[in-house]
Amino acid sequence: MTVEKPRIGVYICDCGLNILGVVDVPAVVRYAATFDNVVAAKEYKYMCSDPGQDLIKKDIKELKLNRVVVASCTPTLHERTFRTTVSTAGLNPFLFHMVNIREAVSWVTVDKKRATEKAKILVKAGVMRVTLQEPLEPKTEPVAPGILVIGGGIAGIHASLALANAGTKVHLVEREPSIGGNMARFDKTFPTLDCSSCILTPKMTTLKVHPNINLYSYSEVVGVEGYVGNFDVTIERKPRYVNEELCIGCLKCIEACVFKDARFPNDFDLGLAKRKPIYIPFPQAVPTKVLIDPDDCLFLKLGKCKQTCVDACEKDAIDFEQKPERVNLKVGSIIVATGFKTFDPTRKPQYGYGVLPNVFTALEAERLLSPTGPTEGIPLLKDGTMPKTIGIIHCIGSRDENTNVYCSKVCCMYSLKLAHLVKERTGAEVYNFYIDMRTTGKGYEEFYKKLLEEGVRFVRGRVAELTTAPLSPGEKGKLIVRVEDTLAGYVRRIPVDMAILSVGLEPQNDAQELRRMLNLSCGKEGFLMELHPKLAPVSTATDGIYIAGACQGPKDIPDTVAQAGAAASEALALVHRGMVEIEPYVAVTNEDLCSGCQICVGLCPYFAIEYDAEKKVSRVKDVMCKGCGVCVAACPSGAIDQKHFRDAFVLAEVAGVI
Amino acid sequence: MKEYLYYPGCSLKGVGSPYEQSLLSTFGKLGIKLTEIADWNCCGATAYLSVDANMAIVLAARNLAIAERSDGHDIVAPCSGCFLSLTKAKEMLEKYPELRAKVTEALGRANLKYLGHSKVRHPLEVLMTDIGTKELKKLITRPLKNLRVVPYYGCAILRPYQAVGDPHAPKVLEEMIGLAGATPVDYPYKGRCCGGMLTSGVQTVGLRLAEILLEAAKSAQADVIVTTCPLCNYNLECYQEKLRKSTGKDLGVPVIYFTQMLGLAMGLSREEVGLDRMLRTPAVAEVTA
Repeated sequence: MTVEKPRIGVYICDCGLNILGVVDVPAVVRYAATFDNVVAAKEYKYMCSDPGQDLIKKDIKELKLNRVVVASCTPTLHERTFRTTVSTAGLNPFLFHMVNIREAVSWVTVDKKRATEKAKILVKAGVMRVTLQEPLEPKTEPVAPGILVIGGGIAGIHASLALANAGTKVHLVEREPSIGGNMARFDKTFPTLDCSSCILTPKMTTLKVHPNINLYSYSEVVGVEGYVGNFDVTIERKPRYVNEELCIGCLKCIEACVFKDARFPNDFDLGLAKRKPIYIPFPQAVPTKVLIDPDDCLFLKLGKCKQTCVDACEKDAIDFEQKPERVNLKVGSIIVATGFKTFDPTRKPQYGYGVLPNVFTALEAERLLSPTGPTEGIPLLKDGTMPKTIGIIHCIGSRDENTNVYCSKVCCMYSLKLAHLVKERTGAEVYNFYIDMRTTGKGYEEFYKKLLEEGVRFVRGRVAELTTAPLSPGEKGKLIVRVEDTLAGYVRRIPVDMAILSVGLEPQNDAQELRRMLNLSCGKEGFLMELHPKLAPVSTATDGIYIAGACQGPKDIPDTVAQAGAAASEALALVHRGMVEIEPYVAVTNEDLCSGCQICVGLCPYFAIEYDAEKKVSRVKDVMCKGCGVCVAACPSGAIDQKHFRDAFVLAEVAGVI
Repeated sequence: MKEYLYYPGCSLKGVGSPYEQSLLSTFGKLGIKLTEIADWNCCGATAYLSVDANMAIVLAARNLAIAERSDGHDIVAPCSGCFLSLTKAKEMLEKYPELRAKVTEALGRANLKYLGHSKVRHPLEVLMTDIGTKELKKLITRPLKNLRVVPYYGCAILRPYQAVGDPHAPKVLEEMIGLAGATPVDYPYKGRCCGGMLTSGVQTVGLRLAEILLEAAKSAQADVIVTTCPLCNYNLECYQEKLRKSTGKDLGVPVIYFTQMLGLAMGLSREEVGLDRMLRTPAVAEVTA
């Protein structure tokens, strides 16, 4: 490396008023101009714009700059932009350093004086660091061709099909015995009222036979290692106790089971309907293969049973010896589409869920309304009679300081849909109790208007409680909805036969474990976080991992499908590029300092350090090092440095701050 | 020996004196020391808070400051109103530095200082948390068999500070009734308003609220209602005759404090738990021992 005198250019961005509104940018520029080796210090309104970038390029050429500092937003947002800027002007991109004076300064204070001081200090630290920085060459690596999709709801199904149709190999992992997710539970979808299964099932069956899709149903992702382009994924396939290859879905085994009656709650029907120990979750399940619940099956539980199912199976598919199986895959990219769970209404005891009779969640109501559900599409009361009055209570768990502050977005619309359907099927008087009607979507407001015309009643007010304690003879034996009607201005008691709780949407129970496994971030409510809420809505802070659907936040089917398509296109772009650039932040050993203790050799998770027995030193193998920094921190002699993060660089930066 | 500071408030020295007597005797039986806070004054009361919040908070803070001078024991406030006023004062003093400055200045003139480390607690929660069901059970010598008891919490220990669990579905009073050998009645109104001050201010509203509670207890065939607050006890106990006359319904049901029920189950006499001093004498005869 030729040692030439540093000639540094410092560029400070106003970011419109984002920075300039709080930081005295001209003062920072004047201050920066006083540092050693600073040849140019300039302010510009938007440094990331073309004229802003041209300013830097021009200076590099005309003033022969060999180091550049930009003080603006975060490296996540624009480091890549400015690295490209300097490299098009012929400078090595690693001789550039970015200082954050927006998120770390102007956005977090209103104190202009102290903000300006902090900006000055950070710029100084950046200049001191960049002075020492060395040119590096980025590494490129090939991208593994396959893509993993986690979650087989409508988001995962749509993304998988989009990818597979583009000729990419897809591995779809679904933890339930069938794909379809929550959409498969619905009878109709809003606002068009088209039949949910009719639009979903064709996609499910296409997926099942698609040559580019490997479906791992009843399986979970248990391990993800690696990085963009090269993820090593471990999948655990749960035992069905039925050989998936052999089973043809004739269902004769279910008929033959020693249990004559279905008596175990079926998860797909949320426990409202019963199944046998050997079962298929629902008629259109994909794959159309049976499975056995080991907690219910006499043979698997007690070791004693006539095994009539085995006799009935002509394909000898039943296999009580099945064990969990692990599958390892290499993929280039991952799409997370793990969906949501509904709010548990027992957390709001005033609504009596689980205590009072005939209080259902909206998802349970979906099953009651489904022709394949427990009541074959007619929402009946627990005693089998037809309800004459039904109350639908909005915002259960949502927009509530005590539970979830956010609006779950889909509930107003699904409540309207349920209102329409229960009225159509039972002829009952239907009440909606709402706080605000939120019907922002194509055709949504029109649907609301249609419901008003159909004679569904709307009472504006958050319901105080559901009770069975009557105050008048007319209330005896009824569920009484106590609510302040905020339009009429008084407290009402409305007796109903059935109450439907419009429960909000929450992250899945194990969303946090998944998040940690994939190294993703989440918001305070636990939904997975996108890289940028507007401009990178399906990307994440981990390169190569994309998110789609309700795992990112509550959303309806149209939005979910749109996002799934977007995630698929992002993942495809990566896989089709074929190569990824890896930051060359590898570790290097200073062989003069190395004592040969070999602590680093054992610690390296990538087996990238070898021991040279002859010279008695450890040496990092450049191509295998992933730049995790473990060896750097562990070396007792301080003999290992990480490129671009050498101790000297970091210490220079710290010295600038203090 | 467990030790607490005792803040009686006005009610327990007046209308609610049977509550005080039963509290002292049951706590005594359990070996818990209660030391009355010296020179205490009005808790600030909910009504005063709406008239002049500064003055009301100063009143509450004076009690807390005196309590804090002794060695850090928790304060037991049996009256739900006092519990609420004192707890609310603590919260406001934490939240609003300007208010705290004013209060500090006022207390300073009396050579007092509010530090904020005191804890205000209701005896129901103290018994069920600090003593616990296991210890309480040991002392139950006269289970109140076949007695159907309404667990009535009232509002102030449930909302907003949730002293005894879920504000909509509390359970501790039911547990205590079970411990005493009696049967808790399923009572959906357990956290609803007793009529509060409205029984004297706006009687048409206040008495109707009391009527709802009594009627529900009657239709649940309850033998007795237990309360945790002197005002609840008063409203439910004293207007039964008046309500009978105005509504024509028989709403007669004995109303006692939870400490009286517990004391009886622990073998204390009617006099020791102050049953002979209740406002409506028939209660004494109706509660079987």
